[in-house]
Parts: sequence; C-alpha cells; structure tokens
Amino acid sequence: MLTLQCPYCGVWAEETELHAEGEAHLKRFGPGSDDADFESYLFMRENPKGVHFERWRHSHGCGKFFHAARCTMTLKVFGTYPAQTLEPPQDIKDRISETYPGWTWRNFK
Amino acid sequence: MSTRLSTGGKYLNRSDQRRFTFNGKQFTGYEGDTLASALLANDQMLMGRSFKYHRPRGVVASGAEEPNALVNLGTGGTFEPNQRATTTELFDGLTATSQNHWPSLEFDIGVANNAMARFFPAGFYYKTFMAPRAAWKHVFEPIVRQSAGLGQVPKDRDADTYEHFYAFYDVVIVGGGVAGLQAALAAGSAGAKVLLMEQTAHLGGRAVIDGGEVDGKPVDAWVADAGETLDAMPNVTVRLRMMGAGVYDHGYVLGYERVRDHDPMAEGPRHRLWRIRTQQIVTATGAIERPLSFAGNDIPGVMLASAVRDYVDGYGVSPGDRTVVVTNNDDAYRTAISLKKAGLEVPVILDARASGGGALADEAKGLGIRVETGKGIAKVKGGKRVTGVAVCAQAGEGAVLEEIACDAVAMSGGWSPVVHLWSHCGGKLFWDEDQAHFRPDPNRPPTSHDGKGFVIPAGSANGPMDLAEVMGDAHAAGLAAAKALGLKSGKAAAPKVAPQPEAAMEPVWLMPQGAGPKLRMKAWLDYQNDVKVSDVRLAAQEGYESVEHTKRYTTLGMATDQGKLSNINGLAVLSDALNQPIPATGTTTFRPPYTPISFGAIAGEARADTFQPLRKTPIHDWHEAQGAFFEPVGHWRRPYCFPRQGETHSDAVNREINQTRKSVGLLDASTLGKIIVKGPDAGRFLDMLYTNMMSTLKPGKCRYGLMCNENGFLIDDGVVARIDEDTFLCHTTTGGAERIHGWMEDWLQCEWWDWKVFTANVTEQFAQIAVVGPNARKVLEKLGGMDVSKDALAFMEWKDGQLGGFDCRAYRISFSGELSYEIAVPASQGRAFWDALLVAGEEFGMMPYGTEALHVMRAEKGFIMIGDETDGTVIPQDLGLNWAISKKKEDFLGKRAQERPHMTDPSRWKLVGLETLDGSVIPDGSYAIAEGTNANGQRNTQGRVTSTYYSPTLEKGIAMGLVLYGPDRMGEVIEFNKVDGSTVAARIVDPVFYDKDGEKQNV
Ligand SMILES: [Zn+2]
Repeated sequence: MLTLQCPYCGVWAEETELHAEGEAHLKRFGPGSDDADFESYLFMRENPKGVHFERWRHSHGCGKFFHAARCTMTLKVFGTYPAQTLEPPQDIKDRISETYPGWTWRNFK
Repeated sequence: MSTRLSTGGKYLNRSDQRRFTFNGKQFTGYEGDTLASALLANDQMLMGRSFKYHRPRGVVASGAEEPNALVNLGTGGTFEPNQRATTTELFDGLTATSQNHWPSLEFDIGVANNAMARFFPAGFYYKTFMAPRAAWKHVFEPIVRQSAGLGQVPKDRDADTYEHFYAFYDVVIVGGGVAGLQAALAAGSAGAKVLLMEQTAHLGGRAVIDGGEVDGKPVDAWVADAGETLDAMPNVTVRLRMMGAGVYDHGYVLGYERVRDHDPMAEGPRHRLWRIRTQQIVTATGAIERPLSFAGNDIPGVMLASAVRDYVDGYGVSPGDRTVVVTNNDDAYRTAISLKKAGLEVPVILDARASGGGALADEAKGLGIRVETGKGIAKVKGGKRVTGVAVCAQAGEGAVLEEIACDAVAMSGGWSPVVHLWSHCGGKLFWDEDQAHFRPDPNRPPTSHDGKGFVIPAGSANGPMDLAEVMGDAHAAGLAAAKALGLKSGKAAAPKVAPQPEAAMEPVWLMPQGAGPKLRMKAWLDYQNDVKVSDVRLAAQEGYESVEHTKRYTTLGMATDQGKLSNINGLAVLSDALNQPIPATGTTTFRPPYTPISFGAIAGEARADTFQPLRKTPIHDWHEAQGAFFEPVGHWRRPYCFPRQGETHSDAVNREINQTRKSVGLLDASTLGKIIVKGPDAGRFLDMLYTNMMSTLKPGKCRYGLMCNENGFLIDDGVVARIDEDTFLCHTTTGGAERIHGWMEDWLQCEWWDWKVFTANVTEQFAQIAVVGPNARKVLEKLGGMDVSKDALAFMEWKDGQLGGFDCRAYRISFSGELSYEIAVPASQGRAFWDALLVAGEEFGMMPYGTEALHVMRAEKGFIMIGDETDGTVIPQDLGLNWAISKKKEDFLGKRAQERPHMTDPSRWKLVGLETLDGSVIPDGSYAIAEGTNANGQRNTQGRVTSTYYSPTLEKGIAMGLVLYGPDRMGEVIEFNKVDGSTVAARIVDPVFYDKDGEKQNV
C-alpha cells in the first residue's frame, strides 16, 4: 500500500485514502482529430518498468486530483504536484535524473 | 513409543494439568504444551493423513512450518479446519479431530490412492483434462472429489469476534528470538518507538533450547533479562502470539495477533489484525530446518532433528525410545546429545559427510554415541510408525549395509533463513554456497518512497547460524534501523558471545546420492501435497524448466504450508535434473501471509450489520415500519415494494402501479443524485458534459440530458434544472451521484482548470418526493401554498415556494408518464413532509410505490434506465436518443468517439419494444436467436432483451431490447431463447407502450 503526499492539503495519505486515476499528462483529442491521435489518446498508455507519471485523487480527503512521479519498480516517489500543469515541475525532473540519468517518458526527459 | 518424560520441559507448567480429546479419545497434557507435544506425550504419533495418497502422517516439526499435523479444531461456531497442532497451545477442554481420512485415522480406505500412486504422477490434474470427457465423469472426478480439500468447511456461523487495530511505529521487529530481542534493545535504547512481535508464546526462540552463553550467563537467563529490560522501556512494545503476516509497500506491515486462541473462555476478540505503518522493519524471523530426501522420510516417527530436541527439552516428551539421527551438518548432533542426556537411546548418528563433524560430534562421541560418517539412510522401515532404518553409503545407490531397529528418526538437511517477509515487497536473495541456502542480498532490499531499503534482516534470517554471529548481526540491524531514522545509538552494547565453530555442512539433496527410481518414488519433498523427488524429476523430463511452472505442475509448495520445508529441496532436485546450478533455476515468489490467517481477522468488525455503511433516506424509518421489501442500490436501501397482508411482491407492485395510474402514488426519490454546478462558465461546462445543449436552458426550466464518456458510451442521464444564470442543478442516477461528481471534478481540475465553475454534491441535503398520478395536483392543492396549476408550473418547469408550510422546490418532471411533481425539501424536513403528503393524499387512496413499480412504469413509457438499457457498450444512438444529441455543438465528451465507423455502423443493435404473442414475460437476459450457428456451435443471435416486465396497465408482458436493424423491422416476429431450451415469440413494436403522445404528463 503506497503512501503519497497530497500536494494540496499536505496529508501523507495511504492508498485506501486515494483513488488511482490512470496516466498523467494525457493530451485530449476531440472532434476533428485524426484516427491515430484519437486512438492514442483513448487507448495507448505507457507501461514502464521505471519512472512513471500518474494521476491520483485524494478521494477520501480533500477531493483534489494530483500527479505523482514514481518508479514502478522500486516504488520510489520522486514527488507529487498539482494537476494544473502540462508537464512535471523542474525540481521533480531533476530528482528523477539523480536516480535515472538520461531518463525519458513520452516527451519528457 | 512416544511418551512424557518424568522430568524436563522448559515450557511446561506441570502443576496445571489440562484435559483434551482427539478423535473422541480423552487425553491429558500440561499448561505450556502444544497440541502436538501433548499428543506425542500420549503416544499419538499418527496425527493425520496426506492430501493425495492418504498416507499416514505424524508430526514432523514443532512450529509454524509443520506440514502434516493439521487438525479440525473445536465444534459448531468455533470449528476451524487445518489448524497446526504444533502452533495450537493446549487449553482445558480442547477438542480436535484428524483430517483427510475415511472411515478412521487408523484405517483409511482412501489409502488405495497410495497403491495407485504411479497413476497420479506430476501434472495428474492437468493430464486428466486431456482425457476423454467420459473418463472425467466416471474415473477422475470421483477420485479427485474424494481426495480434494483439506479439512472440512465450517457449517455454522463463526461465534467469535475479531478486530482490526491501526498502529504506527518507527521500527517493527518481527521475531522475538535472541536476534529480535537484541535488535529491539539496540533500536529501543537509541530512542526509536519499537514494536517487537513474536508468533509463539515465548521469547527467546531456538536459542532457549539450543543453549549457549551470552554476556556470561546462560542464554535463557539472558532472554529473561532482555524481556524485562524491554518491558521497562516506555518506547518499546512487546507482543507475544503475534505473527508478522506480511510486509507491503512503503512500510506497511500486517500483524496477526491470536489474542485468546490459547484461552478461549477469555473476554475480547479472538484475533486482532494489526495494520501497521512503520519506517523500518527488522526481520528477525530465524531459520527453518530442511528435511532430507530419503525413501520413507514421511513415515510417522521421522522428524526434523531440531523438532525432536524441542519436544525433549521444551516439552519433556520423548518422540521415541530409540532415535537414529541422520544429518549433513553439526547442528543435528545437538539432538543426539539432548536425547542421550534425557536417558534415551541413540543407536547411531548417520553423518552424510565423509569427513564428519566438529566439536559437537566429538561431544556426542564422548557420550558414547556411535557415529558413522559418509553414511545415510537407504530407506525407512515401517508403516504407521518407524520400525527401523536401512543404512547405506551416501555416495552409493542404496545398497544396504546394515539394518538398525529404531522408532524415531531425527533428520537435518541444513537450515534455510526465513526470508519470506524480506521478499514480500521485493527484497532479492542470493545463493550462499557455503550454507547451501538463499539469504537476503543486502544490496537489493525492498525500497520505500525515498528509494531506500526499509527492511533489515537480522540473525539467522540473514544467514548466520552461530550464536555469536547471530547476536552481532542483530545488534547491527537494530542500530541500522535507528540510524535510518536519524537516531544516535544508545547505551545498549553488542553482547559478548564466545564463538562455537562448527564443521562445514555439505548439501545433500538426495539420499543416497545415486538413489534409483524405486527409492525416489518414496522420497517425499512436499508432505502436505504428496510431491516426491520422482514427481519433480518427471516434470523436468517433460520439459518444465521454470521453477514457477514446475511448482504449479507438480503442486510442490502449493499447500497451506506454502512449501516451508519443501521449496529448497524441490528446487535442488529440479536444478539437478536440469543439470544446472541452483541459483540458475531461481526461487519461487514468496507471498503473504507467512502462515494462513483467519478469514475472521481479515474481515475484522466488517460483518453482519457493520459489514458496510448503510445509506438511509430521511424517510427510511417509515418504509421500514411499513414492512417495505428493500433492495440494495449502491449503499442505499430502497423499498422495492410495500407488500400488504397476504400479498406477494408482484401483487404489491401491480397494485402500486394501478393505483398510481388511476389516482395517485408517492415515491421516495431522495436517493437521486443532486449536483450543483455554479459559476460564469457553468453553461459552457455542461455543454461539454452532456450530449445536448444545456447553456440555452432558461432559468426556471428543466431539460433531460445524457452523459457519455470519451469512448462515446452512455454513462448517466438525468434532468438538469437551471436555477439562475450561473447555477444549474444536475440530477444523476442513484448509483451515479458520487461517480458523476468525481467525473465533473476530473474535467474541471485536470483539463479546463481555467474555467470558472464550482460543483457541490448535495444529494443528501434534500429529501425528494415524487407525487405521481392524475390526482397529484389535487393532493398538492390540498396541502396548500404555491400555485401548482399548469399555467403557473408547466411540464418541465420548476419553482421555489411553500407547500403545506414547508419550504420546497417543485419540479414538474415525470418518469412514469403521469402528471408528476418531484418536490425537494431540506433533508431534515423530509419525513414531516412525507407524513403531511400521506394525510393530504388519503382521500385519493394515495399509496407509496417502490422501485419495481417505478421500473415498470418507466418501461411502459419506453424510458431507458442506465444499467438496464446500457451496459457500458451502448451509445445514445443505439437507444434512438438522437434527439438528445446536439448537432450544433462543436464538441462534447464522447462526440469524437461517436464518429468512429463502428459507432455509425447501421448494423449496431438498436432499441425497440417487444410484445410476446402469448402475453408472457420474456425471461431476463434472453437473446433473440438467428439462423445458423457460430464457430463454437452456438446459435447465432440478432439481439437481446434489456428490460422485461409484466405490465399491469397493459395486462401482458412487455419488454425493451436491442435488435439488429430493429427500428426498420416493426411488426416482425422474432424468437427469444428461454432457460428450458424452448423459445418465445415476440413482435417488434414501438418502445412506447403507454400514452404515446405524452398527453397524460402534460396536463
Ligand atoms: Zn488532499
């Protein structure tokens, strides 16, 4: 059972208090998008052994959605951050680089 | 024979005698006995039968690793199967029965399986599936059924109570042996908040039996002192009878406390499940001795060497008069010495090592015990009890050199660290060649959220077996845990222990080394699941290379003991057969719990009335008082119908519908989801969420809307009311309120976070009551207050006001097709308003109706129901709801998906009404059958029923369904299948059965 810190209310919440909400930083494709983009938006997900960016909701707490950067293999958490952003904050990216120099995830590195 | 010794037994209190029964026979034991030691004291070596072959089995171990001595414990509400006699503390009045036998433990018919053993080779279960069908029915199934299952299933409700307990510590130490105690002293004196748990009733572990000196005093005295020191430390908690069941992500530990298994008449819960969060975990879980694989190693009387001396020294029990010791290491000599000192005979020690043992061997020889090096057991003689052993050279193929009479065999194949808890959360192992075991790899621990290791193995669990090394390692582990917390080490010093060097062990995976097929067929690896050396070799021969596959194929290590004794031996046999080193074969995955924990402990308090929270509407108590028949809807309980004296449920439903359609009915609709969406961008936001246009809705008006997910599938529906320019109130389905609220928040927080919108789920803030039927208006007018006339409050309008003195909001919406008002009042007024309505409605014969009447009435009107007409793969277009899908909007959730070719395919099944020709009701779940069969030989289908009811209004069966080209086939008759294999003919009709023009609701 993971523990993650909610970046809004500051609570260290364990998994029973949270709800997993899938991959973070998905770009929405709506009407007018081509089939490949739309398929990718709906169905194509990263499944890394290593750094991953996820959405979580503090559903039994403040109700806010947030993002978490963590390693799926070691369970190390590089940081959590508010959902109102298109990419992870630099300090979290730097922290990942300390553990995994040269890491990439989708368009981030 | 096995018997009680006249003296000795460190765990016993001989002044407290206890009576118990086993298979109905009366026995006595003492306080401090386990059921196993007490049975042995009464010469009851035979304790059970094996799972597959029903072979007679005696106790082999003395602790949690015991595979054989599983018993049914208790009776009635306290009955529990598969309890290990070795971990069951004896109490007065204990009743136990043996398992897996028929008709009796002594004489078992199923032992025929034993004679047929060669027909049940590895993979037997899988191979039978390849056999002809008939063989299954007549040959395999009866055999498997007879032998399947361990113990019996309890028949009564569990009479005991259980609880969960949440706890937080800096350091959790699992294991109260000398290593755990020393680690606790080190971490505790550094100031850490420590929990030490020990699964047995005693601190000290093996060391208390094995002896030695720590800090200049006998080890058992040191253990007593350490226990007292820890008790005096306010930051240290010590719990006995509590097992570390599992280690999980980020420092989560489950502790399984058996609070009063040893004292069933005491107050309180039987088991307590500790749900612990900790920074550091020290696994001081010790090691488990391995059996040796020789023919007949499962005959009752063959035991682990360490268990034999546990029984002698711990419980004052002699497992046999003459015990042959067979070993590949020095430790087993301790057993021979114990036996000899207790006045029992040890005819010979067979040491498989050609070079023999060290100091302990010399001590044994000094006591006059015969020692044979380079020797082993060719086979054990005996049936229900050992009668002797045939001695052979370990290096040979089993030629018998000598036969020695004995009634017990103490075997030791070396020791394996208990690495389970280390491994549960991803800690890796490496193969220690010298000791021939897997032990924790300190460089690859399980990691926590900071990426650092959070589990520290200590003592024998980390590999060391010598007392001096164990204590040093445990002290370091305790300090390491404190250091990880940023604490400075305290005053506890590393204990001083004189090393006792032992001669090196030599791995022995088969005895004798060259044992042929005949001996291998009698050499057991997994006692509980009856897996032998020959089975694992057969699996390898048949191409199994992966240890995980071999495990499943042979069932090695898959019994309730999870292979605590068999894993390493099985792995070694597999590696040998595959001709590769053991680490190349790898090990299987260890999963929690360490030993089985009770279902009661897992459930805790969550049973019966406290199983889950129940949501009740403000009117719930009235429903209950009326004797309503409830159905669960999410966590709510809603009245399904209100049966009167002598009525069946369907009688009640029909009466409720008829009265509502004829005069007036009343529905508690409070469970309906109510979400306020407010802000300057609220209209724009709802235009994205609903398929139709909501921003154009005028304040004071209501509109029915559909919500889809991004896949285009319908997920919810409901009526939206615009309260003012900035405010909407969205009704959702009963089950959808929380989900849809979360869905709204998701889009607002994560996609359109710059839009100015707030949402609030106010479902429980209001009671909502539907007053339905031609006389609905008259009832409200009788209450008096706001004008509810057609002109003042038209269909699909809402208005705030007062009715009967209650502040309320009245919506003119209808889910039944009748003149209908849904009236919301503050939740606190709900019951009073309901009562006032009942009084006002009396003269009209108004009666409450339940969810089933609601369902039937909406089906009569052709209204869809989320979850009936939809199943997560249905789009609004399938349901003929195109009118509710905006063509003007550029975008809404699901729009892009609904443009995909599969979604616009004209051959998608579409909604129609269905009328059976004979008036009967089509069974729920029926499919419309089509010509021909599919690849699996099943009938082709052309549609399915989604809702089907008896309509009291139309006095016949009506249904809705999704049918291929349905709307183009009006009037056509198609066949629906029934459970009995026959079919029922139904005509495709318009789904609106009642009041097609909607005249009744618009008055
Ligand atoms: Zn929060």
